[in-house]
Amino acid sequence: MKYAYYPGCSLNSTGIEYNVSAKAVAKHLGLELWEIPEWNCCGASAAHNTDHLLSLALPARNLAIAEKEGLDVAVPCAACFNRLKATQQAVRQSSATKETINSVIEMEYQGTNDVLALSEALVRAFSLESIKEKVVRPLTDLKAAVYYGCLLVRPPELTQFDDAEDPQSVDNIITALGADPVNWAFKVECCGAGHSTTRPDVGLPMIDKILADAKANGADCVVTACPLCFLNLDMRQKEIEQKYDRSYQLPIFYFTELMGLAFGYSTKDMGVNKHFVNPMPLLEGKDLLRHPATRRDEA
Amino acid sequence: MERINLSTTAAESRTLREQIKAHSGVDVKDCYQCGKCTAGCPVAFAMDYTPRQVIRLVQLGLKDEALKCHSIWLCACCETCYARCPRQVDLAKLMEALRIEAKGMGYIPEKNVDLFNDLFLKSVEKNGRVHEMGLILQYNLQSRQFLKDATLAPKLFTDGKIHIAAEKIADNGAVKRIFDKVRNMGEEVK
Ligand code: SF4
Ligand code: SF4
Repeated sequence: MKYAYYPGCSLNSTGIEYNVSAKAVAKHLGLELWEIPEWNCCGASAAHNTDHLLSLALPARNLAIAEKEGLDVAVPCAACFNRLKATQQAVRQSSATKETINSVIEMEYQGTNDVLALSEALVRAFSLESIKEKVVRPLTDLKAAVYYGCLLVRPPELTQFDDAEDPQSVDNIITALGADPVNWAFKVECCGAGHSTTRPDVGLPMIDKILADAKANGADCVVTACPLCFLNLDMRQKEIEQKYDRSYQLPIFYFTELMGLAFGYSTKDMGVNKHFVNPMPLLEGKDLLRHPATRRDEA
Repeated sequence: MERINLSTTAAESRTLREQIKAHSGVDVKDCYQCGKCTAGCPVAFAMDYTPRQVIRLVQLGLKDEALKCHSIWLCACCETCYARCPRQVDLAKLMEALRIEAKGMGYIPEKNVDLFNDLFLKSVEKNGRVHEMGLILQYNLQSRQFLKDATLAPKLFTDGKIHIAAEKIADNGAVKRIFDKVRNMGEEVK
């Protein structure tokens, strides 16, 4: 099984753990991720807030390269996923738009290949049962608030998988790993995206509410599938604790990191040691690190 | 909102409405003002007009109010409103169209949001990808917040999460040409 892989800019920098763990997990499962050569930034929200055509052309170049290779595209970042999917839809819906885009990117893109969020791509390729079979170190007793945020599941007309109000796809993966997803209210609430940088007075309270609800519902940790959600919840957590006088100490994980841990990889191999909120006390407390299946082989 | 004379706004409302529809495909006439969008909007608490009010401004043709408000810049594009709207109005898309229109007219009440977007795109045009380190430095410099997030930097560096050198794609001429062409196209596609 082979997918084209569009990591997106964050996965080479602030989201490095996601990249490392996603690649390791895919390899372990027997999935080839063909990183789109010379991929370019999808423009994120900056492009669609500035120029509509630009916001379609930037992702289209990447999709065209993957299409030439005959591959569907797996996208780890929820925001990139949304932009790539929006481009695919625009091209499929209007041949005039397709022609305009093709003339801008100087390539042929017909919209024949699929764009899939990484979580969806993994389950589509392997099924929950086969993921479960690979688990050697079950994440027993780990209570996880699975956080989807906004663009992974919305708008549903575009994303076309999972429920927009109560999504289950990542919960199902986490359950297959042996962990317990908690019931909570902020599963699909927006983390404020870039507001934590540009308008902290708006962004930080949004993040605070998410952390508070996860904690109030008994979560030991939050599980994400987006580098920006992760960054907001992990890197900003201390600032929020200080600002609002709280103590969360809530470790944040990418779902791929937890997959890797359950498959027996070491925390270091998954990049878990790079988190701002130290997850080691939690993992030690749940006896996940002394498990006999723990190993240190290279990803 | 104060009292509005609807007869004088009728003509203007048509042009703004049509403009928005042509640029974004959103027909504000679809909205019947139920307020569900506002109820679920995670940013409504910080907005000067709620999402329902923004769409009402456009319906009424109150162009200046709609284009000068902060709300259109504060919208986080999270699509909650669109996912829940009983009339399937893509409010996020409307906000986007209003922002582009407002910027074109020089109305930019949220300078930092706009600055960040501009610097982001500059980085993409130059390197083909975003250079996060350069983006953060430029942003802090130009928004005059020299020490913003400085305490986070050492850990980001040691963990290899930010890099001093920009990562470029080899043929970033291809990306530059996309920017050039879009600039020269003038007319936007829907
Ligand atoms: S939810 Fe839809 S119909 Fe209701 S006020 Fe908002 S945009 Fe209008
Ligand atoms: S897309 Fe914008 S207006 Fe709609 S719910 Fe999200 S932040 Fe509010």
